[in-house]
Amino acid sequence: MRLEIKRRTFLAGSMAAAAAALVSGCSRPLQNVAGAPARRRVPTYCEVCFWKCGAFAHVVGDEVVFLEGNPATPINNGRLCARGNAGVGFLNDPDRLRCPMRRTGPRGSGKFEEISWDEANAEIAAKLQEIAGVHGPEAVALFFHGSAGKYFTHLLKAYGSPNFAQPSYAQCRGPRDEGYRLTFGTGLGSPEPTDIENARFILLIGSHLGENMHLLQAQEFSEAVARGAHVAVADPRFSVAASKARWWLPVRPGSDQALLLALIHVVLEEGLYDREFVERHAIGLEELRAGVKDKDPEWAEFRTDIRAATIREVAREMAKAKPAVLIHPGRHATWYGNDVQRARAMAILTALMGAWGREGGILVPHAMKVAKVGPMPAYPESNRPPADGAGTKFPFATDGIASEMREATRTGDPYPVKAWIVSGTNLIKTLPNTAETLEAIAKLDLLVSVDILPSEIVAHSDYVLPECTYLERWDAFNNPAFKRPFVAVRAPAVDPRFDTRSAWDIALGLGQAMGLGAYFPFATQEDELREQAKASGLDWDALLRDGAIVARETGGTTESPVFDTPSGKIELFSRQLLDAGFDPVPLFYETPPPPDGFARLIYGRAPMHSFGRTQNNRYLSELMAENAAWIAPGLAERWGVRDGQKVVLENQDGATTTAVRVRVTERIREDAVYMVNGFGHHAPGMRRADERGAADSDLITRYEVDPHMGGTGMRVNFVRPATA
Amino acid sequence: MRYAMVVDMKRCVGCAACVVACQVENDVPEGHCRDWIAQETRGTFPDLALEIRSERCNQCTAAPCVPQCPTGASHIAEGGVVLVHKHLCTGCKACVAGCPYDARYVHPDGYIDKCTFCIHRVREGRLPACVSTCPTFAMHFGDLDDPASEVSRLLASGRAVKVNHPETGAKPNVFFLV
Amino acid sequence: MRSELELYGVNPGISDQLHVWGWEIPVYLFLGGLAAGLMVLSGASVLTGRTERWRFTNSVGPLIGFVALVVGMGALFLDLEYKLHVFRFYTAFKVASPMSWGSWILVLVFPAMLLGAFSFGTWRRPIAILNVVLGSALGIYTGILLGALGARPFWNSGVLGPLFLASGISAAAALIHMAAGSEDERRALAKVDVVALGIEAVLLALLVIQLATGGEASRRAADLVLGGPFTAPFWVLVVLLGIVLPLVIQGLAIARRIHHTAWGPALVLFGGLALRTVIVYAGQVSEWRGY
Repeated sequence: MRLEIKRRTFLAGSMAAAAAALVSGCSRPLQNVAGAPARRRVPTYCEVCFWKCGAFAHVVGDEVVFLEGNPATPINNGRLCARGNAGVGFLNDPDRLRCPMRRTGPRGSGKFEEISWDEANAEIAAKLQEIAGVHGPEAVALFFHGSAGKYFTHLLKAYGSPNFAQPSYAQCRGPRDEGYRLTFGTGLGSPEPTDIENARFILLIGSHLGENMHLLQAQEFSEAVARGAHVAVADPRFSVAASKARWWLPVRPGSDQALLLALIHVVLEEGLYDREFVERHAIGLEELRAGVKDKDPEWAEFRTDIRAATIREVAREMAKAKPAVLIHPGRHATWYGNDVQRARAMAILTALMGAWGREGGILVPHAMKVAKVGPMPAYPESNRPPADGAGTKFPFATDGIASEMREATRTGDPYPVKAWIVSGTNLIKTLPNTAETLEAIAKLDLLVSVDILPSEIVAHSDYVLPECTYLERWDAFNNPAFKRPFVAVRAPAVDPRFDTRSAWDIALGLGQAMGLGAYFPFATQEDELREQAKASGLDWDALLRDGAIVARETGGTTESPVFDTPSGKIELFSRQLLDAGFDPVPLFYETPPPPDGFARLIYGRAPMHSFGRTQNNRYLSELMAENAAWIAPGLAERWGVRDGQKVVLENQDGATTTAVRVRVTERIREDAVYMVNGFGHHAPGMRRADERGAADSDLITRYEVDPHMGGTGMRVNFVRPATA
Repeated sequence: MRYAMVVDMKRCVGCAACVVACQVENDVPEGHCRDWIAQETRGTFPDLALEIRSERCNQCTAAPCVPQCPTGASHIAEGGVVLVHKHLCTGCKACVAGCPYDARYVHPDGYIDKCTFCIHRVREGRLPACVSTCPTFAMHFGDLDDPASEVSRLLASGRAVKVNHPETGAKPNVFFLV
Repeated sequence: MRSELELYGVNPGISDQLHVWGWEIPVYLFLGGLAAGLMVLSGASVLTGRTERWRFTNSVGPLIGFVALVVGMGALFLDLEYKLHVFRFYTAFKVASPMSWGSWILVLVFPAMLLGAFSFGTWRRPIAILNVVLGSALGIYTGILLGALGARPFWNSGVLGPLFLASGISAAAALIHMAAGSEDERRALAKVDVVALGIEAVLLALLVIQLATGGEASRRAADLVLGGPFTAPFWVLVVLLGIVLPLVIQGLAIARRIHHTAWGPALVLFGGLALRTVIVYAGQVSEWRGY
């Protein structure tokens, strides 16, 4: 049964666009299969997750009929995962936002009326000027995720606000980046510079590569496994990665630090570390040795439930493989509130293995340069520091802290935040403790969301600006630091459907309405990109023919690494942490266990979904329409629940979520309940996704704030079947 | 010419890219699929094993479905690929009931449908959609009658090989490397 | 807890449990079996010199069979997913396909039944032989068709063909017993019915025994009626109500302990439909996959 989509007929426009595209070399007609209509092949990169795999969209008329990976982009090598293949599902989603909207009912009621772009821009601009007049431009905060973020960041900087935050920092990889920055002088960013395929020993702490489908990571992991690399996985759940590992260490949730410190202990005690590397590049070895002196495997066994002999074996086998040892830094690191220190332990172990700047370890790659073009005026100086305490209250935060931005809004401390612009992130499901998010929203004079689907945050907004999907727009070049540096282009495969616009165009429109036109010197993004290509010496035609320009040399290894730390060396012992009142060498703190009758709620990824953004996609929801609660047989028996039964879970604060199907499985410890994150939407406009499965985010009412950088540890909630 | 697929289960992570690529390439109707992922867990905590298979019609050499077809709609084409002539199919479903592998389904338009090894792509010298998209390079396709083909070499490589339910006697041509 | 299976990508009515044939097929099988039985009995009545004594059987029976088969084929037609292509059954003959055999047999039986009803003189014998042969083919081929679908272990038995024929003859005999005018004929057909029921019971027992003593998939198929989800329908509806009870009732009536009533034959007819329903549904559920 095909779903019907009403489309504004852009016939004249799309013909002209197609003709122009052909002329500009933007697309290349494919060999005409006998009888089949002619296809254009348009280069793009995927936006369903944050890996941005290069792809080609096959277009017939104004339909995208197929997506294939771009063999030229080294971050995916011609392949696409289920989500990348399902891109057409977003393009054709009948629930897409179509038109700018203004709220008519109370926030959250979902009552809107359609307005024009001119109206939307004018009203939002007027409101923002009003707020700037009363509270200053700092009273406007931007929350963002994905490619669109940079345009709104630019807009807000031009406006004079210092407040931008991506939840992917303090709600995800922030603690990891700061832990590594404190050790090596650099955060890891995205894509992570991991040389997985050449590793001879891989240690995964909770990382479930393969279910976490950042394509190249899974690709290289499979390659490493195929080449016979040893894999050890520490995870309370038997993940797909664990199934390919030589050692599955079903650690007690919260005890990963004990395992890591014990591994460091064995490596130091038995002299298994890379002496030459550590002597040349690191300081603080003796302080580290003293710090882990009592953290022997027997000590760790008591805390992790992993046998001491196994811990020793893992440490010894790992050391045999050095320096091609990859302690995978993970990505989502906001677990228990002490996550920076756990990342420190992982970074330290990496250093001991000499696995920095070397094959099979963490690389130090470069990016191809893409020039900034203008001209445009300098950004105005902001009168006040960011409201989230980054760098001050949280001394080691180097990026915006979304949860603290929310807190500032909620409390008015340090100063009132009266407007939010939210782009590409569903704050209702992203920030822990939804009640606090709603309290913060209640304090706002203006909430503008830019989205593709009517997600939860959209229902609470005053203005909704419909963005088109990645298949309908240009975007900034993708040129990450990578072992094989490249520049990839995203060109529109089809025209924006309905009355949607690209985020670039939305920012332009708002900018002009706000009188900031000087900061937007280009009329279209294509113009800007052409200028950038010219200024960077990139062949535009080659870019659009091949989708990417790839550097000839691979890089990332170096025998003379540079460390941007205070000492200029790898800091096994961190003076700056000590000075700030934190542990200079990682220590172990007990994570409080679940109360009687409860189990810890842990969550993770499925390879066919990206958090909460894919459940409405026709292809992906067919693969997994609902999540399930993974419960061990012993726990299921104690709780009196059966496989396949639908159960309402409640947490320690009495918060509940939609009923979830129980999956009784051997693949998990008895003290934890696992579910795939992102389900349990409460968004009637997303008809496929609404009320399907359970929302871990509903059950995450408690969180532990990491004092180093403000990360919100969210695996501190406990659940049981609702008693009511 | 004997077309076959080899799925390397060590590499497969069960991401289901193969499922979606096929659905998009072959315009598979909503609610249906021509291939799928089967994940089988065995054992008790903590001694567990997980086998992940990308499955589809096995294009069996002794296909039990083809002889059942009363109109000749189900037939063997080049390379031993089992195809359905849409214009001959009455939708009697004998072939569906006759498949031990759940490989066939009833297309809403009334005929019986299933994996075709993307023969329309193979005829152009391209790979089946599932094989060409697999993120971990777990899928291989080729001609078993050519000893130099990838599939022949993989099957001769010394790694353990299995097929689904060999006891059916159908002689499947989708092989799984253990 | 020994094995867990998750599927990503399912076809409803296929992957979880096969269910592509619904009520249409058991209805056709029953009416086809009835028609087959009527043909065989009509031919047999002539060949055993009972043309006059079993008038109803050899002159009306085939016409009832004709109508029953028309209705049965209507059900079959309703089952087709691509009804416009129904003529494709008749643009090919696939020697390896029992269904192809069946579609052609279905064409041939209609004239045979008409000839059987209206034959006379020296034509009687050859037409009677034709009816016995074609009727047997009609009754048996469906069992062969199901048996040839090796993917369904529940159907993997050579017993199915004769079982369906025996059941068809029993249903035909029951119908004639209920409807014939002459009391002699009715009594005689009741005896035929009892014999057919007896044969049917033996064949059914052989089916279950054969499945239960076979390989792993076969044993799991047998379990469907030996404790599994089809146990109650099989033993209560098919065996007790469809075979044992009518056997006892008709046996007692033949021994003149009780009067002949419509109960016995009615239960036989009900049992014939129940037998085919259980077999068609249970067969689809049975599979090689072991979990």
